[in-house]
Amino acid sequence: MTKAQKTSVTNHTGPAPAGEPRIRVRGLGKHFGSLEVFRNINFDVGEREVVAIVGPSGCGKTTLLRCIDGLLPHDAGEIRVGEQLVIEPIAGVAMVFQHFGLFPWKTVFDNIAYGLRMAGASQADIERKVPGFVKMVGLDGFEKAYPYQMSGGMQQRCGLARALAVEPNVLLMDEPFAAVDAQTREILQFELLRIWQERPTAMIFVTHSIEEAVLLGHRVIVLKGKPSSIHQIVDIDLAEPRTRDALRQPRFAELREQVWSTLLREAREAEFHLERS
Amino acid sequence: MSVIENVNAGVAKRKEKKAAPFWESAAAYRYGFVALILIVWEITGPFINPIFFSYPSKIAVAFVKLSASGELPYYLGQSLEVMFYGMVFAIIVGIPMAVAMARVRKLDWALDLPINALYATPMVALVPLLVLWFGIYLKAKIIVVFLFAVFPVLINTYQGVRECDKSLLEVARSYRSSERWIWRDVLLPFALPYIAAGIRLAIGRGLVGMVIAEFYTTISGLGFMITRYANVFEMDKTFVPVFVLMILGISLTTGLKWLEARIAPWSHANR
Repeated sequence: MTKAQKTSVTNHTGPAPAGEPRIRVRGLGKHFGSLEVFRNINFDVGEREVVAIVGPSGCGKTTLLRCIDGLLPHDAGEIRVGEQLVIEPIAGVAMVFQHFGLFPWKTVFDNIAYGLRMAGASQADIERKVPGFVKMVGLDGFEKAYPYQMSGGMQQRCGLARALAVEPNVLLMDEPFAAVDAQTREILQFELLRIWQERPTAMIFVTHSIEEAVLLGHRVIVLKGKPSSIHQIVDIDLAEPRTRDALRQPRFAELREQVWSTLLREAREAEFHLERS
Repeated sequence: MSVIENVNAGVAKRKEKKAAPFWESAAAYRYGFVALILIVWEITGPFINPIFFSYPSKIAVAFVKLSASGELPYYLGQSLEVMFYGMVFAIIVGIPMAVAMARVRKLDWALDLPINALYATPMVALVPLLVLWFGIYLKAKIIVVFLFAVFPVLINTYQGVRECDKSLLEVARSYRSSERWIWRDVLLPFALPYIAAGIRLAIGRGLVGMVIAEFYTTISGLGFMITRYANVFEMDKTFVPVFVLMILGISLTTGLKWLEARIAPWSHANR
């Protein structure tokens, strides 16, 4: 494997994903008022590909993801999911949120059914489909529990099941495991890998954990700079399907170091910047 | 399910462990102090001229008499009718109007000032006008109660909807919810504790409105009983409707709290 080279962004499309890309991001730019968050973002995500996005805090990873979900308008460029231009949230794309985004007044069952309901599924459909997803994320027996009765890890399982239940082509993960403790996080990472093996989709996984990005991603996009842009795209050539073994492989450590070294300087600057401001 | 029951059982156990002896419990203080007031009143009451004052045991006797003769139930029924319709209209007008204001900025801009102005106006001052416009019968009374009660409902609901968790609204948008469903799934459940607080305030104000309406229009209901017995200095009988009003206020608000805990267990757990 060649060391991923620092390339100019425009000619970097990464390895051609099998078939047509599911998501195409071209020349994407975004401002918040006078602050430019990112510029000229270009990348594709294949039909069955996981792309992880890492970058220092405040680099606009989450903003980028929310643009792709159509929650935020972008100022430049375009986003396509399949043939569809994204200007508002579209069907077939589901997002998992950092703070779970569960409705406190809905039970686990109703939270998971939420996306289906909004998509206009009938009650019979919901009763038929939801139990499978409850089981898939390991929440059987908790259908009638409310979010406040559950741990963070269980809440995010519920959030994940809600996204999976609409049977999306695209899963957008916004630091989904950032708010749970370290052990739970590791368990959930492998659960996600298992579920993805069962139902592969295009996935964009935003995280600040380099290990997580390398473990889950087929490619890792490193965002850097102010305004940020794609600094590097690292191909992750770990064996599939990924299991706990991946963590022990020397190749895993190598890739982690590679991503880390590109981020290191930026991370230091970001920290210093935060202290100063 | 069994897991949840276990969780609940665990919570119950923890509470049991902490339970203090009865004389140090909240209930002991809550009811003990009321009992103390009643005892002191009972002892000192008979020494005051009965033309101006009465005391608990005498009031209790009057209460039984007025109940048995059917007089109290009859006038209470009249009052409750006014209160009920006034409150129902306050709720079904106040809540949707508040959500609409909180969601549509132009509506908010337009209505903000008139609503605050009306809320700040002592409603009593409007009662003579209302009598002029709506007459002196049931309709006028209901409108008075409505005007007393609608603003707390409206203002609290508005506040609740405005403070709605932005991340939940984002979830709703991400899942392509329509505005109608956002009201149902997100805004109203989120605002429910605020709405309940608003209705509790509205009950208090509504009762005031009810009695004032009964004084100013065709005299009826508990308000009628108060004026009638006060005019002939039958203090024990005057106190009966006053106590009934007090009990009415307390039971309506605690009933509402109970209802809220039943239909919104999550909001209870968060406090």
